[in-house]
Amino acid sequence: MNQGAAGGWEVVIGIETHAQLATQSKIFSGASIAFGAEPNVQACAVDLALPGVLPVLNRGAVECAIRFGLAVGAEVAAHSVFARKNYFYPDLPKGYQISQFEEPVVKGGQLTIRVGEGDKATEKTIRLTRAHLEEDAGKSLHEDFHGKTGIDLNRAGTPLLEIVSEPDLSSSAEAVAYARALHALVRWIGICDGNMQEGSFRCDANVSVRRPGAPLGTRREIKNLNSFRFLQQAIDYEVRWQIETLEDGGRIQQATVLFDPDSGETRTMRTKEDAHDYRYFPDPDLLPLVIGSDWIERVRGEMPELPDAKRARFMADYGLSAYDATTLTASLEVANYYEAAVAAAGAAAAKPCANWVMVDLAARINREGIDFAAAPVSAQQLGRLVARIVDNTISNNIAKKVFEAIWAGEGGSGEDAADRIIEAQGLKQITDTGAIEALIDGVLAANPAMVAEFRAGKEKAFNALVGQAMKATKGKANPQQVNQLLRSKLQ
Amino acid sequence: MSLTLEQVRHVAKLARIDISDAEAHTALGELNGIFSLIEAMQAVDTQGVEPMAHALDLAQRLRDDRVTETDRRAAFQAVAPETEAGLYLVPKVIE
Repeated sequence: MNQGAAGGWEVVIGIETHAQLATQSKIFSGASIAFGAEPNVQACAVDLALPGVLPVLNRGAVECAIRFGLAVGAEVAAHSVFARKNYFYPDLPKGYQISQFEEPVVKGGQLTIRVGEGDKATEKTIRLTRAHLEEDAGKSLHEDFHGKTGIDLNRAGTPLLEIVSEPDLSSSAEAVAYARALHALVRWIGICDGNMQEGSFRCDANVSVRRPGAPLGTRREIKNLNSFRFLQQAIDYEVRWQIETLEDGGRIQQATVLFDPDSGETRTMRTKEDAHDYRYFPDPDLLPLVIGSDWIERVRGEMPELPDAKRARFMADYGLSAYDATTLTASLEVANYYEAAVAAAGAAAAKPCANWVMVDLAARINREGIDFAAAPVSAQQLGRLVARIVDNTISNNIAKKVFEAIWAGEGGSGEDAADRIIEAQGLKQITDTGAIEALIDGVLAANPAMVAEFRAGKEKAFNALVGQAMKATKGKANPQQVNQLLRSKLQ
Repeated sequence: MSLTLEQVRHVAKLARIDISDAEAHTALGELNGIFSLIEAMQAVDTQGVEPMAHALDLAQRLRDDRVTETDRRAAFQAVAPETEAGLYLVPKVIE
């Protein structure tokens, strides 16, 4: 509920997402979709719409759609139809985009989102309307061509899955949570690289406001939001603008708007009056797409365990908190890394493994700006390191040093890197009471002044003595044990 | 069912066809002729018949996801009206 000057307003948001599919070639031609090529070197006769060419559908793109349908519990249509969406623009050489209209490949489905942080997070299920396959258009460059527009058709024909949600979202925070969950899912199931800078994942938000209980308000569609921050800012601005307009006695006109990140405002691109009439009709160049149940079942058998299932299993099997389990299932790479680490460390080390992956490793990885898969410390190496903390071979502090050493390649690339470093550098924790007592005796003898201060009632002096004792053990003694032994000696 | 002159002009505008008044009248007559054919077809009882999206009762054949095209930009751009820096140039368009 948003508070206007005159009472509350309900916000209603639906999101359409274009996810670029992670195929090698285009949806209807054998041209490459690799990013960053010279203009038009990946635009073949089909993409240029030269006379006489015909589209041939890419099996890989269809399989991506099947994976998505299964991941969101949707119906994968046994029969779906490609349609022509007609409009004129120079980066659309055919004069139509091949899309799906009345019979999409994926129908229904749902996605669970979590809004808020930590323990305060709440779950909500967002219904999906559909997802359909279509081709991307080319790119128009409006600058620097002496009054002309330059056209690059490398992107024309790139396979997209357009995923449409029901208007179940009621705040910008929910919209962002939905977009993030969808982004994580398409990457998880390997159908989209999720690179938002390169335009592989972009959202349109349909936003309207209404008084509680009133019929739906008129919506405006914010186009092409390519970051979660812009999605949030654009919706927040749009909601405020609509509420102010209505409270000032104005009316909302259905329109398509663009978000300007520099001003933080949305501005009208076109209104309903000049909206496109796309005159969809079935594309006679393409026969209906038929997906047999054997194909669907084969894909089902190849699906990875999905984020929600893995999250629940992490909580049940490893005793992780909801927060930890959510963090560790943010991406398949993190989840796989964590599971491999626990497998190497033993299930008893599941919680310390979680801390190491989420805190120490994640911090180091962020600093270097690399992926989990590229971390120089393998999951097995980390697991074996954590096992040495759990079995009291080394303290947590020493483990941090060992971790850095493994990162630097000091222990070699084997799984036993931690053991090699502990051995080579003599880092084993001293647990032998006699040895620690001998060291403490030395410290007490060397610091009579501190001992006297402690006996005079200064607790601070005790901490200083612990510090000295730890120093004498080169940090290799268990601090609690040193503490105990020191106190008993001073009694 | 028959079209109005206004609808003919609208369809022509959407299709980017610049038609004169005389042509619009001619097109109206011709299109209405087609509509009467459609009306005749619509009189057929199709109750219980599954609609088809294509005249052929076949399924789409698929190709494997492999890059099979090579760069033929030079050949394609040799027949383009105007190019620069690898781009096709067209009259300026700003939405």
